[in-house]
Amino acid sequence: MKNISEFLLNQYQKKTLRLITCGSVDDGKSTLIGRLLHESQNVFEDQLKSLEKDSEKFGTHKNELDFSLLVDGLKAEREQGITIDVAYRFFETEHRRYIVADTPGHEQYTRNMATAASNAELAILLVDAQKGILAQTRRHYRIVTLMGIRNLVIAVNKMDLVQYKENVFQKIDSDFRNLVLDHDLNQIQVIPISATKGVNITENDQTISFYSGPSLLEYLDQLQIRNSSNNLKVPSSQESSFRMPVQRVIRPDESYRGFSGRIASGSVSNGDLVKILPSGVQSSVRSVDFWKNSISNASKNTSITLTLEDEVDVSRGDVICAYEDPPEIADQFQVDLIWMSKEPLIPGRQYLMRLHQQEVNAQVTRIRFKEEIETGKHLAAETLEMNEIAQINLSTNRPVVFEPYSSNRLMGGFIIIDKMNFDTVGAGIIKFALRRSSNIHWQKLQVNKVQRAKQKMQTPKCLWFTGLSGSGKSTIASLVEKKLHADGIHTYLLDGDNIRHGLNRDLGFTNEDRVENMRRISEVAKLMVDAGLIVIVSFISPFRAERQMVRELFDPSEFLEIFVDTPLEECERRDTKGLYAKARSGKLKNFTGIDSVYEPPESAEIKLNTITSKPEKCVDMILEKINIF
Amino acid sequence: MDSNLSHLEFLEAESIEIIREAIAGAKNPVMLYSIGKDSSVMLQLALKSFYPASPPLPLLHVDTTWKFKEMYNFRNQIARDSGMELLVHTNQEGVKAGISPFTHSSNYYTDVMKTQALRQVLEIGGYDVILGGARRDEEKSRAKERVFSFRSEGHNWDPKAQRPELWNLYNTKLNNGQTMRVFPLSNWTEKDVWQYLLQEKISIVPLYFAKERPIVYRNETLIMVDDERIPLETGEKPQMKSVRFRTLGCYPLTGAIESNASTLEEIVLETMKAKTSEREGRLIDSDEAGSMEKKKREGYF
Ligand SMILES: Nc1nc2c(ncn2[C@@H]2O[C@H](COP(=O)(O)OP(=O)(O)OP(=O)(O)O)[C@@H](O)[C@H]2O)c(=O)[nH]1
Ligand SMILES: [Mg+2]
Repeated sequence: MKNISEFLLNQYQKKTLRLITCGSVDDGKSTLIGRLLHESQNVFEDQLKSLEKDSEKFGTHKNELDFSLLVDGLKAEREQGITIDVAYRFFETEHRRYIVADTPGHEQYTRNMATAASNAELAILLVDAQKGILAQTRRHYRIVTLMGIRNLVIAVNKMDLVQYKENVFQKIDSDFRNLVLDHDLNQIQVIPISATKGVNITENDQTISFYSGPSLLEYLDQLQIRNSSNNLKVPSSQESSFRMPVQRVIRPDESYRGFSGRIASGSVSNGDLVKILPSGVQSSVRSVDFWKNSISNASKNTSITLTLEDEVDVSRGDVICAYEDPPEIADQFQVDLIWMSKEPLIPGRQYLMRLHQQEVNAQVTRIRFKEEIETGKHLAAETLEMNEIAQINLSTNRPVVFEPYSSNRLMGGFIIIDKMNFDTVGAGIIKFALRRSSNIHWQKLQVNKVQRAKQKMQTPKCLWFTGLSGSGKSTIASLVEKKLHADGIHTYLLDGDNIRHGLNRDLGFTNEDRVENMRRISEVAKLMVDAGLIVIVSFISPFRAERQMVRELFDPSEFLEIFVDTPLEECERRDTKGLYAKARSGKLKNFTGIDSVYEPPESAEIKLNTITSKPEKCVDMILEKINIF
Repeated sequence: MDSNLSHLEFLEAESIEIIREAIAGAKNPVMLYSIGKDSSVMLQLALKSFYPASPPLPLLHVDTTWKFKEMYNFRNQIARDSGMELLVHTNQEGVKAGISPFTHSSNYYTDVMKTQALRQVLEIGGYDVILGGARRDEEKSRAKERVFSFRSEGHNWDPKAQRPELWNLYNTKLNNGQTMRVFPLSNWTEKDVWQYLLQEKISIVPLYFAKERPIVYRNETLIMVDDERIPLETGEKPQMKSVRFRTLGCYPLTGAIESNASTLEEIVLETMKAKTSEREGRLIDSDEAGSMEKKKREGYF
């Protein structure tokens, strides 16, 4: 570098890439990072000298440098030859600057891997050529996708131990492509390497003759990172709206009141109209301040202080955002969660939830399913053990301002803190809100639910019939619709059997499928209620938890659960479709009431007894209860 | 990271966010001020974080009484200029016992005059959140530490039981007696620090700039003769050499490097080409393998 200004310009323009190495135990992650540091000339002479000493003392190979010792910096790590916690290393090449986080492969330390992954833009997933894809490889891969990292390098390491054979590499390559099939990845590159021999690390010297692609570092250097750091869906060119969670109110004296924070997305300028959430109060920006200057505008990631034109109430945890496009507010969420504590998760227990600068009480209302790492299968779960990943419903004690993680990492990623010992016990990402306290996005719509309903001169509702097969749900539901229709009411009847012929024809009768069946029907019902209709659903809906979920989708006054309480013996006696006979003889599996449970409602709005009351009587009972005009 | 910010802008914004979070979670915060270049950067970032208000925490200098004279002058100047309260604490028992880096092992000296001293003043002041300027690129065990690093009662660090730390969500919750060390410069490198000092025109102790200084050799290290406490061999004469310091600490334990870089620009360029690490000049770190981790476990910064 000739002179200082040229150098500084070069530094100014150089972009930083934050990446992690991950994969199963002993796949060579730390060795790879050590190698990479060394070969890119980022290890100092004195560090190299102590590496020589350390390699003699702790090294795993005689008379060779053990590059993992450059990275495994804790005493326990060096003694055991494993990585326990993340090491952050910094290096740069001509093209870019790197912050590398080397993560531990042991399952026990998965939380540390997740820590590193949360801030990474790219993951190098190592696979030992001799061992192929292991459970822990899958687990790390799952966490990588959970965290929204969409740039992936699969480094097939220890190729030296398999004589650089092409078929070994091809097998792992194709196994991997099967694994990633259903994920939305921007780019994925599979590279055969040997970390100890330095093969394909900085250059492809053709030791591996069948591979003509770039070496690892060549690939990293030229890679276009398409997703921006905290906005995974929107390409960085496309501007997203302004959001700034308030960290602190700065108030040196009466003359100045500033709201400081770091911009989570978008940009802000003097004069911009803004909204303060959750209060919804409006104001406009008087000044965008940074240090001693008023800078008139600022964009994503900058830490600034805003002053506003009006004396509005703003405190830590509030979000200042673009007036015309504010984020959502809600208190019920569907989230993906990774549990990180030895103490299992207990649904119903109060935990602290930290979501940007907001801190609220939260409880898990339901574990929808947990994931089996080996197969990706969805399993029912009462609780979660350490390192398990699950999809859950979460409920907070007051509404929080958020955005789905897929559109904004900083507004949709959260941690769970134990209220007794204050440990961080879980981390999760918000997928969507189950029930909106207020969804200001939707106010923008020209026509809304209320207007649609008004035109039809009715109050939209969902009448949800639950009960055993043959209990009389369909008969009564159909009579209700007929009656309403005759009265000029706009209705629609969703019948479980009929829907299984179309929308849900791909679903069977396992618990998971029943849950999915229910989820789809409830979403359809919700849309129809939104359209202003009276929706009548006739559907066994055997599980309490799912019915609760359905209920959570609607406003309380919109939803009526109608339990057609016909005892099993009576249903079986009627057996109008001959299904009970089939199930009893074993020809029909997973039949509700026989070999699949029915959990009766505990607090249905309406309970019908079809033994003592004729269907017409039941219809009257229902029509009395609902109020649709 | 994101294309809209330069590397230094991103680091600066991240550090300011961290400092504000540290203060938001603290009952009684304090910022360690060691007079070195990293402390100068920290101070600048703290001022920026709360401007136009003054940073709501005092500075704390744990003084071993063996710093360079120019460091003490600089410290007093900073105390006047920054408008922040500056606390100074020395382990008086150590002083009474005559603990000296020339007569005692650097390990023992560091334990008594730094680690014990720090623990004493944290107890006296009842500080719960302690900000410091350590960086992950400095040393292998530092590279392992969280930005918000939890300490049990007794100030001990357990590297095997660090709290998970995801995204920019910092769990600052503490029970009685527990404390938090916070490192806003975690992701900065030595190069970043120098470039930032240059960019911001931040004043630093003049010892960082090359100048003719009286030097003797100790353990293959260039030690500056800063006062008469340094024992000279009979006939030994300090030589004048153009040197500067990459890092500053207690003068008897801090090695200089030969250099003619007398401006920040020249230092930045020299740092780019450096073949040895910054800490090579620090005698206390090379004492024994894993020494930094051991000191940190015991409560050293
Ligand atoms: N032959 C051969 N051995 C390798 C290679 N890469 C790593 N190893 C060896 O594999 C062992 C484990 O390497 P590490 O780098 O510690 O593995 P790791 O993935 O970091 O392990 P954890 O962090 O504990 O999960 C060491 O003995 C390495 O020397 C390679 O390419 N070829
Ligand atoms: Mg490792």
